[in-house]
Amino acid sequence: MSSRTVQPGLSFEYVMWIFTRISGLSLILLAAIGVISAFALGARTQVDLPTLVRWTFFPNPNHVINSNIPDVTLGWANAFWQVMQILIVFFGVTHGFNGLRMVLEDFIGQSIATPLLRGFIFLLWIFSLVIGVYVVIFS
Amino acid sequence: MGLKRRVGFFAGLKYRGGGPMWAWMLHRITGIAMVLFVGTHVFASFFMQQTGSDFATNINIVYESWIFQIVVVFIVIFHGLNGMRIAILDIWPKYQVFQREALWLQWLVFIPIYALTVFILVQRAITGSY
Repeated sequence: MSSRTVQPGLSFEYVMWIFTRISGLSLILLAAIGVISAFALGARTQVDLPTLVRWTFFPNPNHVINSNIPDVTLGWANAFWQVMQILIVFFGVTHGFNGLRMVLEDFIGQSIATPLLRGFIFLLWIFSLVIGVYVVIFS
Repeated sequence: MGLKRRVGFFAGLKYRGGGPMWAWMLHRITGIAMVLFVGTHVFASFFMQQTGSDFATNINIVYESWIFQIVVVFIVIFHGLNGMRIAILDIWPKYQVFQREALWLQWLVFIPIYALTVFILVQRAITGSY
């Protein structure tokens, strides 16, 4: 077996292949930052376990509103967490809908329905992003 | 470019790929399930917050129930750990020869985390503190 170097072109599938790995690892990292920061902010005594899990996956102040935290606006609700939430929404939604597209295209193959399917998933993706960013910024 | 293959579901199950094949299938199933369940939860939470819809609130009551959480926790932890294994082996492709060992390691990590989560969920359900 002779070795040869393959220079991959920057196709859509190749970019999404890379993006899936990067976004997946980033989501695990963002969740780790969320849970570690929660403990640094005093989650051990002020937050119960379901609240901590909600905060880990989406650090939105509404997720910790029913806890023993005296003032949620101190540390738990600021621009840093808004950036974190937007990153989680972007990575999660894009990773998820791209995965859905890949699985569906594996089943139907390349056909007349492929552009329709891609258009539909693209609209769902934009809609989810808009809803996510709206919730993060205006609540 | 899809391969032209005409293999039914049950014929496909007879393919003896072993552990990595089952991990691949479970990864796809849990991925689709996560888009479905977490997506529904996100949209339900949006309408619960913005319009106070009873239907959306009921969806979230089902989603947050401990029986449903046992399923969701399996989906999320498995997909996360398996995706981490795939990404790590893709970063260092020379270790792909150890993918079966990596899969065993993955289950060794998965079982304690999942068992502890299920224990806590069931304990809280029985004692009624959740």
